[in-house]
Amino acid sequence: MKLLIKGGNLIGYDKPADILMDGGKVKTIAYDIVEQCDKVIDAKGKYVLPGLIDMHVHLREPGFEHKENIYTGAKAAAKGGFTSVCCMPNTRPVCDNESVVIYIKDQAAKADFCRVFPIGAITKGSQGKELAEIGCMKEAGIVGISDDGNPVENSQIMRLALEYAADFGVLVISHCEDKNLVADGIANEGYNATLAGLRGNTKAAEEVIVAREICLAETLNTSVHIAHVSTAGSVEMIRHAKKRGVKVTCETCPHYFTLEDSLLSSYDTNIKVNPPIRTEKDRLAIIEGIKDGTIDCIVTDHAPHHEDEKKIEFQYASNGISGLETSFALSYTYLVKAGHISLAKLVELMSINPARALKLPFEGLKEGCTDITIVDIDSPYTIDVAKFLSKGKNSPFNGYEVYGKALYTIRNEKIINCEVL
Amino acid sequence: MGRKDLLGLKELDASELINILDVAREMKKILAQGVKRVPHLQNKSMVTLFYENSTRTRMSFELAGKFLSASVSNVVVRNSSVQKGESLIDTGKTLDALMTDVIVIRHNCSGAPHLLAKNVKASVLNAGDGMNEHPTQALLDMFTMREKLGEIKGLKVAIVGDIKHSRVARSNIIGLSKLGADVYISAPGTLIPYDIEKMGAKVCPLDKAVEGANVVMGLRMQLERQQSGLIPSRKEYGRFYGLTDERMTKAAKNALVMHPGPLNRGVELTSEVADCGQSVINEQVTNGVAVRMAVLFLLTRGGRKI
Repeated sequence: MKLLIKGGNLIGYDKPADILMDGGKVKTIAYDIVEQCDKVIDAKGKYVLPGLIDMHVHLREPGFEHKENIYTGAKAAAKGGFTSVCCMPNTRPVCDNESVVIYIKDQAAKADFCRVFPIGAITKGSQGKELAEIGCMKEAGIVGISDDGNPVENSQIMRLALEYAADFGVLVISHCEDKNLVADGIANEGYNATLAGLRGNTKAAEEVIVAREICLAETLNTSVHIAHVSTAGSVEMIRHAKKRGVKVTCETCPHYFTLEDSLLSSYDTNIKVNPPIRTEKDRLAIIEGIKDGTIDCIVTDHAPHHEDEKKIEFQYASNGISGLETSFALSYTYLVKAGHISLAKLVELMSINPARALKLPFEGLKEGCTDITIVDIDSPYTIDVAKFLSKGKNSPFNGYEVYGKALYTIRNEKIINCEVL
Repeated sequence: MGRKDLLGLKELDASELINILDVAREMKKILAQGVKRVPHLQNKSMVTLFYENSTRTRMSFELAGKFLSASVSNVVVRNSSVQKGESLIDTGKTLDALMTDVIVIRHNCSGAPHLLAKNVKASVLNAGDGMNEHPTQALLDMFTMREKLGEIKGLKVAIVGDIKHSRVARSNIIGLSKLGADVYISAPGTLIPYDIEKMGAKVCPLDKAVEGANVVMGLRMQLERQQSGLIPSRKEYGRFYGLTDERMTKAAKNALVMHPGPLNRGVELTSEVADCGQSVINEQVTNGVAVRMAVLFLLTRGGRKI
């Protein structure tokens, strides 16, 4: 099949160009391609980007299908403009063996809304005791390992995971949280939590583990990826580590550069997330980290929940934000449109860097490229959670006016019109 | 009040606080005359919905409602709505359907009254939520200070004890600051919440807090604080942070001794201090009824504002 994407704006091109895809791969990028094609997409006035990648989502299947399943999660991802997502292993059963990996990949293939790359557990059952069968899971298709949500407490186990995973070329993704330090904290420890009478979760709980992972990666000369960085201190430590040549990469989420903790006064459970929404100082530090390259990737940490798990007391409410359908818009609006970074930089954060960190075969929009996302950055619209395709309507961004809407995703010969999913 | 609910003192300005305290003074006059039934809340129904055990606060609200001729019912919920199976919002909607005018709620979770208030037609009155606020306790404390010492502006108030977990401390810090008192707090470092000074209280050593204080308020030390490692023992706590006769000599002449109750004698204050002539602990209880009558009246009075 031949596909012509006509007249779109491309990063690195000073005027609109055409893209010819043949057999699911970009064959030619040029001005004014004349070719008989099976399908033509008019991209005039739109931006044609390499397919967006979200390397940190929770699709909840198997085990928590009332919150989300692979079908609805992948569909939401496609609507958000993602051609690939990586799903975390905190399912039930935990994705700690090849059977679950294969199951997830099969379900994703059936849904066929985007590529789904499973992340395996670091330890069996994410219990933090024995390493999971990382090699077998790698053969089955994982691209990374993480005990997300149930972080590895024992430093020796983390050391072993870093050493062992390196041989298999599997990225270790660390959810940095010292659960003892968190104690019973449910909101960022600071003035606003004190004022609202909410038990504090100190930033040190994140930062001591970030420091640990940097020490381990530096000592062992292995790679480590820090998940959902939320504090100024974490950004600073990672910045310095990178300067020393430590093989550390990291990600943050839109809610960490758009929200700050004075929102706690509303007790709105949609802002309850882990790590918690931090202070304005942290928010600004996250933006600085994005600007100077300390932060490599933007991910959603898409954490859909059922309404019954959110329309309750703040203390009892589940952590998480349903983020797949707002990520690009929030990132575009609050980073690019706000003047902090260029669209090209955003594409690095949301496509090129995640692919590089995970060694995925996507390297930007060029000849041979298979995955493309076409976006409209000019038309403002209002986020409406009622229209989410994700089962999780838990978003604090309902009613936000944003720019940046995905129009099409293309994976090989699969073309998805994001607006009619 | 021009408000549907009383969720905390955070939402009220100084003039609203003064108005409540003025109305409470009138209510206390009624009580002082031995009148235990006035018609202010005739045709109104009030429900107490307590997710935490309480004797004194629930009784105080119940009596306040009854003295005002409201029909009063009590729902006692063990532990939490989650464990019981019914959500807080569903319980609230049930009470709405039962034509409730005022729900007095105590809950172990901060913000629970706010969640309820957003989802019911009834007025919601916060009788203590988690570590957040206990507005009527702070109002009765301020009422007592005002009654005994005159103006609150310029008073030095020392609050000693588990500030971190105390909704009484938070409401008092907020309310007293709004009325111009200087609030000093003292506790072991493990029981001082982060950035509390931004709320207007000064953190200082116990002797400095008590020195020249017009009011010294002790807070209850829960046994769980020892179990979770926040203090080594209640004995050690009593030695370094307990209010004793000797420590009280540093306070201003005729300084009031206050405590929200129930007391741990020998821990946060000695019996000598609790029972001394300056102790107003029992008067606080009486004043609590007057203050709650005032709040109930103001919340249910249609068309006019506090």
